[in-house]
Amino acid sequence: MSAAPVLLEARDVVKRFGHRPAVDGVSLQVQRGETVVIIGPSGSGKTTFLRCLNHLERIDEGDVLLDGTSVGYRAGRRGPVELSPREVAATRRRIGFVFQRFNLFAHLSALDNVALAPRNLLGLSRPEAEARARQLLARVGLADKEQSRPAQLSGGQQQRVAIARALAMQPEVMLFDEPTSALDPEMVGEVIAVMRELADEGMTMVVVTHEMGFARSAADRIVMMDEGKILEEGPAAQMISDPVHDKTRRFLTVIAH
Amino acid sequence: MAQGAWLAAADAGLNFDWDFLARSIFHPSGVFLHGLARTVYISVLAQVLGTVGGLAIELSRRSRWMPLRRAGATYVWLIRGTPLLVQLVIVYNGLAALNLYRFTDLTLGPVVVLGVVQAAVLTLAMNEAAYMAEIIRAALDAIDVGQKEAAVALGMPPAMTMRLVLLPQAARICVPPLGNEFNLMMKSTSLLSVIGLQEMFLTAQAINSATFKTFEIFLAVAVYYLLLTTLWGFVQQWIERRFAGPAAVVSSPRLRERLFAGSGAK
Repeated sequence: MSAAPVLLEARDVVKRFGHRPAVDGVSLQVQRGETVVIIGPSGSGKTTFLRCLNHLERIDEGDVLLDGTSVGYRAGRRGPVELSPREVAATRRRIGFVFQRFNLFAHLSALDNVALAPRNLLGLSRPEAEARARQLLARVGLADKEQSRPAQLSGGQQQRVAIARALAMQPEVMLFDEPTSALDPEMVGEVIAVMRELADEGMTMVVVTHEMGFARSAADRIVMMDEGKILEEGPAAQMISDPVHDKTRRFLTVIAH
Repeated sequence: MAQGAWLAAADAGLNFDWDFLARSIFHPSGVFLHGLARTVYISVLAQVLGTVGGLAIELSRRSRWMPLRRAGATYVWLIRGTPLLVQLVIVYNGLAALNLYRFTDLTLGPVVVLGVVQAAVLTLAMNEAAYMAEIIRAALDAIDVGQKEAAVALGMPPAMTMRLVLLPQAARICVPPLGNEFNLMMKSTSLLSVIGLQEMFLTAQAINSATFKTFEIFLAVAVYYLLLTTLWGFVQQWIERRFAGPAAVVSSPRLRERLFAGSGAK
């Protein structure tokens, strides 16, 4: 695994809200095929950091590189210049993002939710896009729900559609922002199962979550964030059983039950 | 004795012509119907153009380009800040008096569009556009920010996000206020009488000066406006059912699901 090339890299990323830095100089390298789980107390900046990775948040300092190219900026004569929305959009197509609150398109069926982006961004015909969407819905176990509107689906089903929607763009890396935090407990498992399968298939993933079951079984690496910084990181097994910092240990105990 | 006096006074004072009212309502003259038709087609045209214009203004107010945002905001400020009546007189009479622009009749194939009708449709549409821009703004603001983020995260550029994700949802939110606007629009056409456009109201005034049946003829006019807005009310209801919001679409199946399927739908 350590020989795999770096696919996604954050270099000293700083993001401030007002004067308060939410992300305070975070560097992270994610290798192709790797699954990295980010944990940390609420307010530690983990969600903001994840949103910086696909430029949903404009970063104030540092850089984010996908396969060596900056996600949101290019070098200008006097420092970095933000790319146009069109250029940022082109890069975002290579990065899948799954939201805590699903954010399925409320006016579209499950099938159209998944087919919309490939049809309009990848130039697929309607039958091609719908075939791809059907295949992905089947993969997340929702073949029978293709005509359902988001409001007709349970939270767990909506989140699985959301994962299928992100996968439809055939991204190189998937980012998950607390994908199970908005779910009723009995639905967490079905979403985790889909994510675990993805990780097993070799998808590169960065997952912000408190689901230590997922971290234990699917993560290669766990990153502990605190107060906008990385407190410590390491191989999943070691981080869970033997973290260096007391704070990490206490945090793991708190979220364990 | 007292009662007889009252009846006599009523007889002398009130001269309400039932026949005239009934005729005005049930057998309106050709001139009146022509005025009614004008009221309807001018309203429809102005509302359609005003809705398209309002969308254009709102999109320019959301532009990345600052001068365009300013232009849109200034337009809405000017139009909403002045009475429609004044705008009508400025566009039709004012521009002509200034020798800047005179609306002349336009022949389109078999149809002659009067100059005054052009001025009326244009002004009503321009006026309506400012209000529609506000309605569309409110509708776009009402959409959960997560919808835009999801589109953007998939890699959609801003214009595509607007077209595929935001506008379809905003359109549903716009239907009730749009219906309200069209209701107002039909009644606003009565203001066109000041620029001498023979719509329903001015036609009634002409009938009034010939017959002096002031109460009856304007009661008939009121009945016709009421008829138009009532008919529109039914059309609006139908549209609202067709384009019911996502929440409305699912409320009943979800209830059924909950009661009988127990599928754990949240």
